[in-house]
Amino acid sequence: MNANDASDELLTQTYPADVWRRQSDPVLSLEKINVSFDGFRALTDLSMQIGVGELRCVIGPNGAGKTTLMDVITGKTHPQSGRAIYDQQTDLTRMNPIQIAQAGIGRKFQKPTVFEALTTFENLELALKTKKTVWACLRNKLDSEQRDRIDDMLDTLRLSHERHRAAGLLSHGQKQFLEIGMLLVQEPHLLLLDEPAAGMTDAETAYTAELFRSLAGKHSLMVVEHDMGFVETIADYVTVLHQGQVLAEGSLKEVQANEHVIDVYLGR
Amino acid sequence: MSQPLILSGFERAPRFATLAGTAVFIALMLFPMLALLPEGYPLAISTYTLTLVGKILCYAVVAIALDLVWGYAGLLSLGHGLFFALGGYAMGMYLMREAAGQGLPPFMSFLSWNQLPWFWTGTEYFAWTLCLIILAPGLLAFIFGYFSFRSKIKGVYFSIMTQALTYAAMLLFFRNETGFGGNNGFTGFTTLLGFSVTATRTRVGLFMATVLLLAASLVIGFALARSKFGRVLTAIRDAENRLVFCGYDPKGFKLFVWTLSAILCGLAGALYVPLVGIINPSEMSPTNSIEAAIWVALGGRGTLIGPLLGAGIVNGAKSWFTVAMPEYWQLFLGLMFIVVTLLLPQGVIGLLRKRRG
Repeated sequence: MNANDASDELLTQTYPADVWRRQSDPVLSLEKINVSFDGFRALTDLSMQIGVGELRCVIGPNGAGKTTLMDVITGKTHPQSGRAIYDQQTDLTRMNPIQIAQAGIGRKFQKPTVFEALTTFENLELALKTKKTVWACLRNKLDSEQRDRIDDMLDTLRLSHERHRAAGLLSHGQKQFLEIGMLLVQEPHLLLLDEPAAGMTDAETAYTAELFRSLAGKHSLMVVEHDMGFVETIADYVTVLHQGQVLAEGSLKEVQANEHVIDVYLGR
Repeated sequence: MSQPLILSGFERAPRFATLAGTAVFIALMLFPMLALLPEGYPLAISTYTLTLVGKILCYAVVAIALDLVWGYAGLLSLGHGLFFALGGYAMGMYLMREAAGQGLPPFMSFLSWNQLPWFWTGTEYFAWTLCLIILAPGLLAFIFGYFSFRSKIKGVYFSIMTQALTYAAMLLFFRNETGFGGNNGFTGFTTLLGFSVTATRTRVGLFMATVLLLAASLVIGFALARSKFGRVLTAIRDAENRLVFCGYDPKGFKLFVWTLSAILCGLAGALYVPLVGIINPSEMSPTNSIEAAIWVALGGRGTLIGPLLGAGIVNGAKSWFTVAMPEYWQLFLGLMFIVVTLLLPQGVIGLLRKRRG
């Protein structure tokens, strides 16, 4: 299957009737994933599903395997066993990070990573969804539609006035926004966000939460976050990881009431 | 960080930048004509000066080529001298055949060989030599680049590998059995395309060809730097991982610019050899390649113009120093490098920007 075809349209779609279901069809389905680094088991028989259009939060104490989980989905780490089925027919464990990105999975890193020497506008230009081969880049000129798309995104990110500033000179929070914007112009179907609100001011966090809520439905999101307040604002559904396994799943209330979760978090 | 400098220079004063560039180009094209003036004429220059400036222009092309891979893509090559020498050897083979006429080049007769090795086939034709000048460095760079970029070799490891590559090639070319004249290399050239290589007129022609090559490398370099391709290269330098997750494959981008850079070096080497009249394996010695990196660092990497200036300054100083006080040259080169690193982290070109800012 051609990776470019896959990124245009998802096989998995939401239907109006899905509102009444507990979970929609999975855009990503992890099946018994095992990852170990030199004997240390980072993920053990981990299985979970993310529905299409869902906003899922993944929480868990340090070392629970949240980042490893993202590494597995984006192809940075190959699991020893298990499958990661994307869009019901693609096995991500057999693909490399580039193919996975082209198939429509975007990732934001824990530490904001932008191209510091390039301007804010150019950062978005590079991330923009187009052909990304050497040949295409040699001849590429932005058309007006693409320019508008970047301008809109700059507005959404509240970075319009910084458009010609080198990204390395932006504040931490602005870099976070820029990286989120770079993900969005990539038009991914599934977004993986590693601590998107880390280091943001309260106002910025609130705006991020609002942004994510508006994205859910159109995109599927998986957010790893430590900030419980933030999780409470955005998530309908929460997965708790502990020692590489799913400890609990449910709404934030259910999860917080869960005995195991309390044990792990409070260390009783 | 320095990329916007040149770009903004063009954006702010496009007419001035183009005009200044054209003026320098025309001046350089007219410069060799001065050598044709009769001796004693006030503006006349000696063939020695002409050759010297021509040599420096060849080095400038190497500096620009190195800046493309180091300044933009962040690949510090300490082996660009190899590509330069390969282009030079390809040209040398043709010149040797011209000099030897129907017979074998002298060094082969010394080894009592009675026929040319297979890789000398066709070197009597200038057209094939041109192909060789491009193919030899280009193919080697492509193969080396393909494997090292596929294995994701980066940073200092990449630099060490390029250094080892040029050193290995030097040892190989030192052997007489390799068929490239051993440690004496090629010399004793007589004609190039039927023109005597030592004649001033031929030198003028070679000089103009070098200026054209330099202008072409600058144009190609700027076109690349201003395209999306250039921005992708900068992104590779700064955050390769991020780029991969944006859906780009860095391998192809690196390989393209790496091979292009090697080809430019090869062309520069090919023009260098008839100018100086000799090519031997010492051109591949690691110190030469390191010196090229110094030109780029001194001029200001990632600016294309900077490395050009750097090559001019270092080599200009070198030719003056090695005449005036030869024993202190190395010391001075080291000093220059330290001063620039400490005081001008953006190189000589950074001075211009500071004044403007």
